[in-house]
Amino acid sequence: MVETKKSAAPKAPKGHVVINTERCKGCGFCAQFCPTGVLAMSKGFNLKGYHPPIIADAAKCSGCGLCGMYCPDFAIYGVKNGRKPESGDL
Amino acid sequence: MSESYEATVTDPVSAPMTCDSNPVEEWLRMDRMPHIWCPGCGIGTSVNCFTRAIEESSLDRKNIAIVSGIGCTGRVAGYLLLDSFHTTHGRALPFATGLKLASPKTKVVVYSGDGDLFAIGGNHFIHAARRNLDMTVLCVNNFNYGMTGGQVAPTTPEFAIASTTPYGSVERPFNLPYLAQSCGAVYVARWTVYHVKQLQRSIREALEKPGFTFIEMVAPCPTLFVRRNRLGDGLAALESYEENAVIKNGADTRECDLGMGGPIVCGKFVDIDRPSYLSNQVAHLRKVLGDRYVMPDAWQGVVQ
Ligand SMILES: Cc1ncc(C[n+]2csc(CCOP(=O)(O)OP(=O)(O)O)c2C)c(N)n1
Ligand code: SF4
Ligand code: SF4
Ligand code: SF4
Ligand SMILES: [Mg+2]
Repeated sequence: MVETKKSAAPKAPKGHVVINTERCKGCGFCAQFCPTGVLAMSKGFNLKGYHPPIIADAAKCSGCGLCGMYCPDFAIYGVKNGRKPESGDL
Repeated sequence: MSESYEATVTDPVSAPMTCDSNPVEEWLRMDRMPHIWCPGCGIGTSVNCFTRAIEESSLDRKNIAIVSGIGCTGRVAGYLLLDSFHTTHGRALPFATGLKLASPKTKVVVYSGDGDLFAIGGNHFIHAARRNLDMTVLCVNNFNYGMTGGQVAPTTPEFAIASTTPYGSVERPFNLPYLAQSCGAVYVARWTVYHVKQLQRSIREALEKPGFTFIEMVAPCPTLFVRRNRLGDGLAALESYEENAVIKNGADTRECDLGMGGPIVCGKFVDIDRPSYLSNQVAHLRKVLGDRYVMPDAWQGVVQ
């Protein structure tokens, strides 16, 4: 049996982010102000012609919820893993 | 990069992106979405701060009424899933005043634009603050009349361009925190929509404090004010707020003027206690009328 050091095992991300691409107006707030650089702006278009964000590095998401707090179009939210978003979340 | 996104457009069924449970949705009238606000408009961000502040607060959402005037910001009353009233232009405060007198148990929140509250509605503002009516006033200051095409407002910074001042405004604008404090507001703060966490906390404090509480929320109008003044887009505006903000709690409000490209002093400036209009009225009438004073039914058990 091969022993793996605990630190070598990939850590499960602390949170995840959900994007409603069709509601997005491509302002870029979420990608710019995500503290860990999870999001990037897509070169693709949504049906209204805006560039929505994409998840560039899901593993970095802490579920802090700041993206959802910034989004003026209510098109994105982040949540901590292991539980459902609650009304008290960011 | 674009490929992975394309997949979600062409194949919506297998798309991993859904939005069934964005925590803000329970606070919105989803049948009214999408809203009218332009890409990068700061009003939506302020709404996020507001809904999170209510959640965090001790307030019962059934007891909150939100009153707006006319303007892009005025639309907030129609989008929030709370008791709300969208008044005529400038008259959010008179309506809110009547509402508070008739139903003191209601937490009355006025959510409106800088033009609505300080141009056509400016007279109501000074008197509501003077009386220390129990209500929270949240003003989205985007430095112009957004809804009608970007006319100059009493908040437009000196020399800024608006549709009615193509060579730059030469009027001195109101310094809103100073105005609010001078008129008698017991809580006064200013944040930009870049400062989402601080703004959320401040809104909560304002909502929970008795008396007339006021927050100026500096926000971009990318379509008109930001574009006309060649300041880029909404994102560029938020980045400039980050750069220019000077956080100074307790700052002297006389030193909180906003100019083009200058510092944006943010923070909580005033937090004092003073008897509110309702409690002052009851205490005084009890004193002068004694047993002859009959408190209105709706005030019983609410006004001390
Ligand atoms: C009595 C009256 N006068 C003028 C108007 C036109 N009008 C509509 S909104 C508005 C100004 C809105 O500016 P502000 O309150 O700053 O809101 P914003 O759109 O910038 O959020 C004006 C002048 C009106 N609707 N009613
Ligand atoms: S903040 Fe919202 S509207 Fe702006 S790019 Fe991100 S998801 Fe789109
Ligand atoms: S929840 Fe926080 S870490 Fe995750 S994408 Fe949103 S802003 Fe970034
Ligand atoms: S006109 Fe200005 S204030 Fe109105 S929605 Fe557009 S960006 Fe926002
Ligand atoms: Mg305005």
